[in-house]
Amino acid sequence: MTAPLPLPRLRLIRPTTVEAAVAARVECPQHEVLAGGTDLLVNLRRGLLAPPALIDITGIAELDEVRTTADRTRIGALVRLDRLAEDPAIASRHAALREAAVAVAAPGHRRLATVGGNLCLQTRCIYVNQSAWWRAAHGACLKSGGEVCHVAPEGARCHAAFSGDVAPALIALDAEIEIAGPAGRRRVACADLYHEEGRAHLRLDSGEIVTAIEVPTSIAHSGYLKERIRRSFDFPLAGVAIACRTEGAELSALRIAVTGTNSRPLLIEGTDALLGRRIDESVLAAAEKLVARQVRPMRTTLFPANHRRSVAAALARRLLGALGAPDAAAGRGHAGGTA
Amino acid sequence: MFDPGPIPGKRLLRIRLNGRWREDAVADDQLLVDYLRDTAGLTGTKTGCDGGECGACTVLVDDEPIPSCLTLAARCEGRSVETIEGLAAGGRLHRLQQAFHEKLGAQCGFCTPGMIMAAEGLLRRQPDPSEAEIRAALAGNLCRCTGYVKIVESVRAAAAADA
Ligand SMILES: Cc1cc2nc3c(=O)[nH]c(=O)nc-3n(C[C@H](O)[C@H](O)[C@H](O)COP(=O)(O)OP(=O)(O)OC[C@H]3O[C@@H](n4cnc5c(N)ncnc54)[C@H](O)[C@@H]3O)c2cc1C
Ligand code: SF4
Ligand code: FES
Ligand code: FES
Repeated sequence: MTAPLPLPRLRLIRPTTVEAAVAARVECPQHEVLAGGTDLLVNLRRGLLAPPALIDITGIAELDEVRTTADRTRIGALVRLDRLAEDPAIASRHAALREAAVAVAAPGHRRLATVGGNLCLQTRCIYVNQSAWWRAAHGACLKSGGEVCHVAPEGARCHAAFSGDVAPALIALDAEIEIAGPAGRRRVACADLYHEEGRAHLRLDSGEIVTAIEVPTSIAHSGYLKERIRRSFDFPLAGVAIACRTEGAELSALRIAVTGTNSRPLLIEGTDALLGRRIDESVLAAAEKLVARQVRPMRTTLFPANHRRSVAAALARRLLGALGAPDAAAGRGHAGGTA
Repeated sequence: MFDPGPIPGKRLLRIRLNGRWREDAVADDQLLVDYLRDTAGLTGTKTGCDGGECGACTVLVDDEPIPSCLTLAARCEGRSVETIEGLAAGGRLHRLQQAFHEKLGAQCGFCTPGMIMAAEGLLRRQPDPSEAEIRAALAGNLCRCTGYVKIVESVRAAAAADA
């Protein structure tokens, strides 16, 4: 093995306001935004990108706030995942968000990692998340500047998988993302932040950055479950978030979102057909089938695509069953452990 | 390809390293681990991977264990950074070092500085941790030798020695 590469030569720009950060991005679109750095610094060291400068946004105090009102929680893009995992207000209002935050990487990463960085995390594939010499030996693919995708050579797109844990939780919870750009601020539904294309999965215009997340409190029950190769810390092979509401015993709202299977976190369609029913075996089977039919895993991990499809569907069944049980939330969770 | 741009900026970094303030000129693109090993000469902190996957580079920044290969030195301005070299005092091993020695928590020793710093961060927050808390706190620190059992025992012994 060759020694790890140092970072490519670059400059740090350290704005203290959102406007200054946007101005720096507009001035040079190749500059990359640096938040916690736990994804970006690795990709830089592996030569996956070579920006002239990094715009370090961690000095923008406005982006590091959590504010709660009766009907929503506003979370700044720089709020760290360890804070989301430990904040009692988040745990009681948005269980899926807490469970997803604590499922990201290991404790040391979560002390650095931000929620904005988690939403904007690069997509992943076994053919690109490698050292530069590994990629050189194998030959470049579409995402790393080559002519062909090694996963689906007959196609014209990249299938690298979105592998963030927090986005599905926010999509299930029906959160909105606030984005700042040269034209001011705008909001989109979390699912609409993404495209189904591994090389350009974020629908951010030139100059834009994510500034905050707004989570409504209207959906009472929620949770997140993921499966990974190594339990102590690993990206999801598949992860499922569900938010639901029941009236009496019947479902009055149901949202299911999946990560790790597509180039974007996927909101599962057709769950409305299950409203008005009790969470019984037939509803669990129907939810499992909806997930199995809609996810599109490709061979971007060491595990076969079909296995990830089955895992996603099984997680959906297990999580919905747990949310429907009277002692909901018991028995889930992600107590880490050594590898 | 991108224009490589101007040579990287440099800045004066003022940090408290193992209890003593110091100032160094650091390049904008210098990782904290490289600053510690190459500029400060503290080679106890190890590099075990090329991107945040092993925990061998774990140090304390303001009492919190983080992987020093995932943060820039320039980010640590004004903060307190502690490495394995800062633990022993007055020629005596620190309680975690003593416990890893006595309970065979180290074999090849490459993961040990990171393990001990992660464990020290835990003991500062939680002086009497359960086995589950120890395993959770060390989740990001990989060891190829011990199988972890002896490491967990070492941390428990250090916590008991403290009481
Ligand atoms: C060993 C290891 C294991 C990991 N395991 C997991 C895992 O299990 N689950 C998981 O989800 N992640 C995992 N990660 C990835 C990463 O740690 C997290 O996704 C983290 O939340 C990224 O946040 P950050 O603040 O560090 O992002 P950064 O690295 O700073 O940024 C990530 C990307 O987002 C962009 N960006 C950051 N903030 C903004 C913003 N406000 N607006 C626009 N763009 C922005 C950056 O330009 C960059 O492209 C792992 C990483 C490592 C090294
Ligand atoms: S899916 Fe294809 S193009 Fe995309 S990263 Fe993997 S091999 Fe490259
Ligand atoms: S050197 Fe492996 S995590 Fe930092
Ligand atoms: S003692 Fe050898 S890697 Fe842990």
